[in-house]
Amino acid sequence: MLMTVVIVCAAYVLASLGSDSRIPANIIPFLVAVIALFMGAHFAVRKLAPGADPILLPTVTLLNGLGYVVIAGLNEKLAAAQATWTAIGILGFVLTLWWVKRPRDLERYRYTFALVGIGLLLLPLVPGLGYDAGSGSKIWVKLGPINFQPGEIAKVALAIFFAAYLADQRELIATSQWKIGPLRLPHPKYLGPVLIAWGITLLVMFYQKDLGSSLLFFGLFLVMIWVATQRTSFLVIGGGLFTAGAVFAWRTLDHVKVRVDIWLDPWKTPSGNGYQIIQGMFAIAFGGLTGTGLGRGGDTRIPAAENDFIFAVIAEELGLAGGSLIIIAYLLVIGSGLRIAADTDQVFDKLLATGFTLLLGLQAFIIVAGVLRLLPLTGVALPFISYGGSSLVMNYVILALLLRTSDQTSKRAMNRAAAEVAA
Amino acid sequence: MNRNIMKLGIVLVVLYVALFAKLNWIQVVDKNSLDSNPLNTAEVRRDFNRPRGTILTADGAVIAQSVANPDTSSEFKRMRVYPEGELFGQTTGYFSFRYGSSGLERQYNDELSGSTFDQQIEGFGDLFVARENVGNVSISLRKDIQETARTQLGNREGSVVALDPRTGAILGSWSWPSYDPNTVSSLDKTIAETSWKMLNAAPGVPMRAHFYQDRYFPGSTFKVVTSGIGLQTGKVTNTEPVYPFTNGYTPEGTNKPIMNFGGETCGGTLPEILRVSCNSSFAQMGAETIGAVDMVAGAGSFGFNATVPIDMPDPVKSVFPTNVGNNQAKLAMSSIGQNDVQATPLEMAMVAGAVANGGVIMKPHFLFEVRNVRGDVVSSYTPSKWLTPMSSSAAATLFDDMVGVAKGGTATGMAIQGCTVGGKTGTAQLGTDPPKSHTWIMGFAGPPGKPPTVAVAVVVLNQSGGSEATGGRIAAPIAKAVLQIALAAQGGC
Repeated sequence: MLMTVVIVCAAYVLASLGSDSRIPANIIPFLVAVIALFMGAHFAVRKLAPGADPILLPTVTLLNGLGYVVIAGLNEKLAAAQATWTAIGILGFVLTLWWVKRPRDLERYRYTFALVGIGLLLLPLVPGLGYDAGSGSKIWVKLGPINFQPGEIAKVALAIFFAAYLADQRELIATSQWKIGPLRLPHPKYLGPVLIAWGITLLVMFYQKDLGSSLLFFGLFLVMIWVATQRTSFLVIGGGLFTAGAVFAWRTLDHVKVRVDIWLDPWKTPSGNGYQIIQGMFAIAFGGLTGTGLGRGGDTRIPAAENDFIFAVIAEELGLAGGSLIIIAYLLVIGSGLRIAADTDQVFDKLLATGFTLLLGLQAFIIVAGVLRLLPLTGVALPFISYGGSSLVMNYVILALLLRTSDQTSKRAMNRAAAEVAA
Repeated sequence: MNRNIMKLGIVLVVLYVALFAKLNWIQVVDKNSLDSNPLNTAEVRRDFNRPRGTILTADGAVIAQSVANPDTSSEFKRMRVYPEGELFGQTTGYFSFRYGSSGLERQYNDELSGSTFDQQIEGFGDLFVARENVGNVSISLRKDIQETARTQLGNREGSVVALDPRTGAILGSWSWPSYDPNTVSSLDKTIAETSWKMLNAAPGVPMRAHFYQDRYFPGSTFKVVTSGIGLQTGKVTNTEPVYPFTNGYTPEGTNKPIMNFGGETCGGTLPEILRVSCNSSFAQMGAETIGAVDMVAGAGSFGFNATVPIDMPDPVKSVFPTNVGNNQAKLAMSSIGQNDVQATPLEMAMVAGAVANGGVIMKPHFLFEVRNVRGDVVSSYTPSKWLTPMSSSAAATLFDDMVGVAKGGTATGMAIQGCTVGGKTGTAQLGTDPPKSHTWIMGFAGPPGKPPTVAVAVVVLNQSGGSEATGGRIAAPIAKAVLQIALAAQGGC
């Protein structure tokens, strides 16, 4: 933990040296703030969840800190906002740890979460509230002085609902049979939720033009039902539905077609639609093996460099070494998250941990793959790294719940061991 | 459930390994091609805020320099200016925030920005002293020669190349249409973008350095190459063979004769046929006397079908067809510079240079030397041989023959009082009606009795007329004026 704090501070100094050859004047307050924030989070875990996984928080600290340093190199104003959001995120993290003593407590409010989730998801469609911040996606909501992306909160709420629903119904869904000739499908009654999830996905795709989130929702739901019921047919049906929806969208929706076209050949419109992805590729290539150095990226040319394309900036400034570090860090998060899921014997906890891990892991994959032109580009935030308040705070809530689950598991194990000793 | 969670883990690992592989692909495998993409401005942006050296001509004119940006609120502290505008545009190239760099700006980017190994080593000593380690690049071009070429060519499309055949140093490289690199290099996005679009759409492609990046039918100037191959292989001398006096030559496999200009009758020995630029004789010389194998190899030895080792980006190859073995008609046409033969103006200047320099073609170059800000020479150019298409005796014979052409043949228009001048004209008909031609002249000049000190090639495109005299009439005065000013700079004949 201390190591990552040191790394982040060193990176911050280097980045400032890189951009204007000065040790930042505010280095002392910065040091104090970073140490206070992350060490605060660390001690909160030690106090509130002493048995929690020891890898997750340091890894996330590294991602968040590195993201901050890169954003600071791009735009100081955004960096200040990001620092505030980090503080709020860590506050949310501590509060969640403190508030939620057992993940199962959340299970009871499943329908509340479902309603809140769907409500939030649809909120940007309410006239007067929702707006498009310039990215082409209508995913923002303006409530008085506060702007936020309700979709980020909805993801967490829906993951909780899915986990609760599936924990309850999984036996029924798993054993239900619906024979059509040689095919053995789940009973249509239980296909309902799949179709509803599919419907929500399409809604998000059609009306909010948010491809990344719709892919994420649907992937999340499918994988969770597959893990819960162990029936591969859900993956097949779901995959089929998604393909059908995707093809239909590609045929009928201009903004989807544009995304696919620039993915296939961005060079056709190098200064038009293909501009962002091409500049991103240039930046990444320019980074080479070791990068140009923190704060030395030329990056302001890439639209949304601090957000969707932040991975391109990292790959430019830190090169293949830094890019690989980020990839490894996410794999560590995924590994820890899935281990937490595998270790717990509570079905709801298991599904929730799987869902949350997938939410982080899949989201990071979707956006990095988009930036690297492995998939069509869909704008989602890079968890813990990208600039953006709603996403950062909710990811910290996810982290807190994962750690809480992990702590519960080790507590139960200890209790069992104690009971055995007593016996 | 745990089994599925494990499977999920494996799938996610596979997805991330794919990310890692693609990242490797972009940053390692594809790096060079992406870095050198003309749309990529990453290097220029890195270099833009750093100090950057000046480019100077041999006669001391500043043709590219970095000055403080008058707009102090701009994120760029410096801007690149080209005081001579279009006069050196195609040679210096541009250094644009938006469009990368070209020309010498690109070729000598490391020297100008002070990032060559030598400059970096030297920089270590200055570690604790705030001093710029940029290099000022001096080149062999002369402003007075450029201006003469510009005045002479006027608003006709074409190119003028002058070089010192003894070293390969390029003394003049003017082409029209040219462009002013100040426009594309502007820090003002709108100016840069508008001029970029305009220049790319403009007729004649002003941003391409025509003198080494465009090739044209060389027409009769190519007869010098054919003569050189004949002399070098020993198949042709000044007395043998004697070509028949005729008004046309009909190669094997066709009944369409290659006619002399205006149906005139000509023939005889090499000095005679070169003087009047006799098509029938040279067609026969290539097709029968020399033959396909030696013609193709010989053209190669003069630099055709080879990448010119010039210190400029993306040179274009001059072309001589290699599929002439079973096609005597094609070989005959190629031997007089028609059919598929194409040459850059630089190539033809180098051919003249080979004759002038005892059969040796030196590597063409612009660089003279690089100095640091204190004025010490960091590196300087050492001339070196590129090709040796002819022995010194073959070259000496051809030298005399070309002097004969300037004395009493088609190239008399370039003769200079008191100097030894040799030359050869060319008129490459474009097959249009009314007839239009690329008119050429190439040659050399120097003090009497000494090796020539300047070689020149001039092409003026799309001129009305198609007779052999056209080349002499249109291109010769340009060549003469350029030779005169170049000789004057060297101290005269």
